[in-house]
Amino acid sequence: MATAQVTEAPIRPVATPDSLQQITKLTRFQLYEYVRSRRFVAMLGIVAIIGVILTALVGHYRGGLVSSNIAFYGSFWGGGASFLVVLSAVIFGGDAIAGEFQNKTGYFLMGLPIRRATIYVGKFLAAFLASVVVLGFYLLILLGNGVFYFGSGALPWQLPVSLIIALVYLAAVLGTTFLFSSLFKTSAYGFALTAILFLIGFSILQALIVDLVHIEPWMVISYANSSIGNIFNPTVNWGIFGTITTTSTRIGRAAVTVTTYTAGIAESIVIMIGYLLVTAVAGLYLFEREEFT
Amino acid sequence: MPPSLEMRDLTKQYGTFTALTALNLKLEGGKCVGFLGPNGAGKTTTLKMLTDMIFPTQGECFINGLSVQTDRKRALAEAGVLIESPEIYPSLTPNQALEMVADLRGIPVPERPGRIRSALEEVKMTDWADKRVGRFSKGMKQRINIAAALVHDPSVVILDEPSTGLDPRGMAEVRTIIRGLKKSQRLIFMSSHILSEVVDVCDDVALIDRGKLLFYDTLPNVTARFSDGKSSLDLQFARPIPPDAIPGRIGALPGIGDVTFLDPRRLRIKYTGGVETQERLVESVAQMHLGLLSAAASESALEEIYLSQISRGD
Repeated sequence: MATAQVTEAPIRPVATPDSLQQITKLTRFQLYEYVRSRRFVAMLGIVAIIGVILTALVGHYRGGLVSSNIAFYGSFWGGGASFLVVLSAVIFGGDAIAGEFQNKTGYFLMGLPIRRATIYVGKFLAAFLASVVVLGFYLLILLGNGVFYFGSGALPWQLPVSLIIALVYLAAVLGTTFLFSSLFKTSAYGFALTAILFLIGFSILQALIVDLVHIEPWMVISYANSSIGNIFNPTVNWGIFGTITTTSTRIGRAAVTVTTYTAGIAESIVIMIGYLLVTAVAGLYLFEREEFT
Repeated sequence: MPPSLEMRDLTKQYGTFTALTALNLKLEGGKCVGFLGPNGAGKTTTLKMLTDMIFPTQGECFINGLSVQTDRKRALAEAGVLIESPEIYPSLTPNQALEMVADLRGIPVPERPGRIRSALEEVKMTDWADKRVGRFSKGMKQRINIAAALVHDPSVVILDEPSTGLDPRGMAEVRTIIRGLKKSQRLIFMSSHILSEVVDVCDDVALIDRGKLLFYDTLPNVTARFSDGKSSLDLQFARPIPPDAIPGRIGALPGIGDVTFLDPRRLRIKYTGGVETQERLVESVAQMHLGLLSAAASESALEEIYLSQISRGD
């Protein structure tokens, strides 16, 4: 073995923060990076546009939308929140890991005394919080409209519960986007795959499972998100099993039977948590083994 | 305990291609070690395994005796690392980027402003401390990366071609920084393509080619070993030297070999006897009051050795 002369030099004791502290610090910096990014401004812009359109539509047509506070919040929040969760998760999580490789920002972090899991969790939490800000902005617009039509005392109890479900859904969707982001070293692939999957892919998969296999699509995450809006339904199913509704109609001589599945609230949460756990473990496993070549 | 770096039986394979073959290298003490080799020789692969960016197929790396592969966090705590000219989050300013590094490294809050200011001063970036990094040139980013590697005052510094992207002035400043680190007894392990840089700042040299370590030794020993036992020293003078002034007067010194005029103001002297002869030689020439400006190990000697050793493998 090649060796050379020894020169004495003092080595100072090192007090690197523990991993939990590092996660907090990294989350703070990453969130700051998100908040100052164009994509964040764009997301707030999208929410503002959606909010303005919905406000104008409700103001113009009123009708059934403002017939009751439940109907209003159910339509306004239930429809918009699921879409914004997916969009935020794709925008903030699609390239969260892949971008570290492509943009070479990962090399800046990897030289630090920090575990890979810490980086992964810190980035996840930052993306989660950035998405929460986006959802919060939408909620503010909703509450503004709600207070205008129904007053501040007419807030339905379903809204905070639906918000919690939306946050669990957000965690699950982000877990999945982080997993796919970990598969690639190119941001565009991460964005494209997660966007296609969540905006089209899972819905198609869900329809295929229902129409061809004729089983409840409990294994598809998009199936679970209906609970965000369903909770405003007076006959909501709180259970761990979904509701199966079969309707038969005749089209000409043919009898057509349509079966629809509606996830129970508990079932939805279990599906979401299941997705979160599986994708978090798988994504972390991939990132732990990913090489910065 | 002196700062140390050790690569033990380090091997990296990508499928059937072997990027690095059983590298055994132990570096200890305050000094600068140049890591030389052509493109694809395995330099960056080695440095990346030293910093846990890629994983060895076989073997292990140690920083100050701590395994990078099994205890990455503690091992990297004492190291300052600059690999592959990383990008800094574009919305951060240098102050914020270094604050992040200091925060994640656990530098106490009261110490941070001073450390960050000092690191930015060292890389001459104080005027840009509050501008967004996203607008910086490659060279400016590289300076911030160097500052980030030094902000915690590491005992071991691992640099992958630190002069990449820098203009001549920036390259000279990097050399000054490295010389400063050597004075404070840091162990610096630096890959480079620039032989003049290696000759200027490095004490030891390791040459690698096709994933195999060809040699590791002190710079004078390397030049001596591959130059028939003779080292080369280049002397630069302020004014032209009379042709017989030096050869006649220093030729009598023990260990002195050929004296060659590179131009009227520059001489190359070959000698044996290592550092002792070199010291005697420089002292003697200085006492002649001929306007000696500098004395440096011959860059071209290293270049010749580099080319001969690399081409031997072709």
